[in-house]
Amino acid sequence: MSHAGIPLHYFLIVSTIMFFVGVYGFLTRKNLITMLMSIELILNSVNINFVAFNRYLYPDGLHGQFFSIFIIAVAACEAAVAIAIIINIYRRFRTISVEDVSEMKF
Amino acid sequence: MNLHSFLLMRHELMLTGIALLILFIEIFFNEKRNHAIIPICISLFFINTVIGFLLPSHSGTLFGGMYKTGELQILMKNVLNVGVLIVLIQSVKWLKSVENIGKTNEFFIILFSALIGMNFMISSGDFLMFYLGLELATIPMAALAAYERSKNKSAEAGVKLILSAALSSGIMLYGVSMIYGMTGSIYFDDISTAFTGSYGLNALALIFFFAGMAFKISLVPFHLWTADVYEGAPINITSFLSVISKGAAVFILSIILFNVFRSVIVMWQDLIYITAAITMTVGNLFAIRQTNIKRFLAFSSIAQAGFILLGMISGNQIGMTAIIYFVLIYIFSNLGAFGVATAISNATGKETIPEYNGLYKTNPKLSLTMMLSLFSLAGIPPVAGFFGKFFLFTAAASQGFYWLVFIAVVNATISLYYYLLVVKAMFINHNDEPIAYFKSDFYTRLGLLICLVGMFVIGFASNIYEFIFHVVSKI
Repeated sequence: MSHAGIPLHYFLIVSTIMFFVGVYGFLTRKNLITMLMSIELILNSVNINFVAFNRYLYPDGLHGQFFSIFIIAVAACEAAVAIAIIINIYRRFRTISVEDVSEMKF
Repeated sequence: MNLHSFLLMRHELMLTGIALLILFIEIFFNEKRNHAIIPICISLFFINTVIGFLLPSHSGTLFGGMYKTGELQILMKNVLNVGVLIVLIQSVKWLKSVENIGKTNEFFIILFSALIGMNFMISSGDFLMFYLGLELATIPMAALAAYERSKNKSAEAGVKLILSAALSSGIMLYGVSMIYGMTGSIYFDDISTAFTGSYGLNALALIFFFAGMAFKISLVPFHLWTADVYEGAPINITSFLSVISKGAAVFILSIILFNVFRSVIVMWQDLIYITAAITMTVGNLFAIRQTNIKRFLAFSSIAQAGFILLGMISGNQIGMTAIIYFVLIYIFSNLGAFGVATAISNATGKETIPEYNGLYKTNPKLSLTMMLSLFSLAGIPPVAGFFGKFFLFTAAASQGFYWLVFIAVVNATISLYYYLLVVKAMFINHNDEPIAYFKSDFYTRLGLLICLVGMFVIGFASNIYEFIFHVVSKI
């Protein structure tokens, strides 16, 4: 197998950083679209994990790569529904800032 | 793979057929008068439910082990079918209202796709099928929560639901990717033999996976979306979310924990111990200060999820039986409470507890139904809720978790307090302008009647419990 220099843990470090950047972004950003982008970061970090594990540790099967293809497809569906709802929110509230889109309080 | 083995998926196939059929039927109805589609959809689903019960049970796997079915899975699907049937009956009045003209069939198609997703999720044999089922169950739910396009709150609930659901799926998938890295497989059977030993990465993978699922069941550190989504969504959708989707997530989580992570039971028992204790306490304490009936029921359902964890912690057949039995009872009692709230909300638009003051004087039947449902949720003996809680406590005690059972008993007492606050409002508090008497339509009364009958019959007919135990013990 051509492990071509880059060891596995380099990929894992990148994906871990991406995951936590995504979580941090989701928790701190005020814009609904940016929050959606943060979620895409999380899902892509998962994809990197799957593909890297597949290539380096279990090159006989393709489960990891299949899984990441499905994640990409489902993420697109999710984004479609989310953006449809966000457009509706923009029509109703004239803003997509999280702080303004809040009628319900504890 | 021949046709006969394809029929193993008959629950999903029937639902898919019904959803497609509704799509075609809609063409033949005038957009202004498509109320007539409602009885057709409900009778189709009723037939589906009955067939699900009547057909002989079967077991087997499909798609190389991705799809797995057996008596346990079929029982869970049937339980969910019953719940959805009641939800559909209760939502007729709301679907007939003016603002929903022209999009009635969308409601049914979206709801059925969510149910198909739950069925696939319950029947999954690997993490890929599980993920696809989960997403097929949650994405339509967000569309349903944002169903009332003209209401600000509904849109807000929809966006909150889909963003938190997507985040939780991401966290869960990160755990699954670690599991794949540790074991080299995504099949449940392979993982259950390979996923042993409690070293760091295993524990991390389990925690990520459990955190993602905890979002779906709204356990306490991850419950913050629940109350807002429940309040903002249309009340019929809220009842679907709080009962059916929570029940499906509980089912699959217990299947995965009991089978896939069997060899690391000590690790997830600790996890569940802590979450159960916090979930029950926080859910109950927050429920006390709610005035909106939907938020109140949201926090009560968080607390109920904490009680369900008591059955999960045992990790044995008694626990699994108690979970299914409790979810079945929970469907009837929670839908009873939601049904009354729905009827009042549809007739008068009133949704806060102080507005319920003096309800007994004007609407005695509704008040009695609400009281019995709340008693069942609290676990007072004549109604079924008592037996459900009793078996959950037994399951936890059978593994020696006495302190957790003690915490649960204290919490059951606290929950009795706030359930009785609503009963007190209806029966004792005076109100100069109580909600005027109104006559519910046929479907509302039918839905409430089914809930009432269910609450009494399941409690007293012990062969239901024995049947569930019989099915579970065959696994």
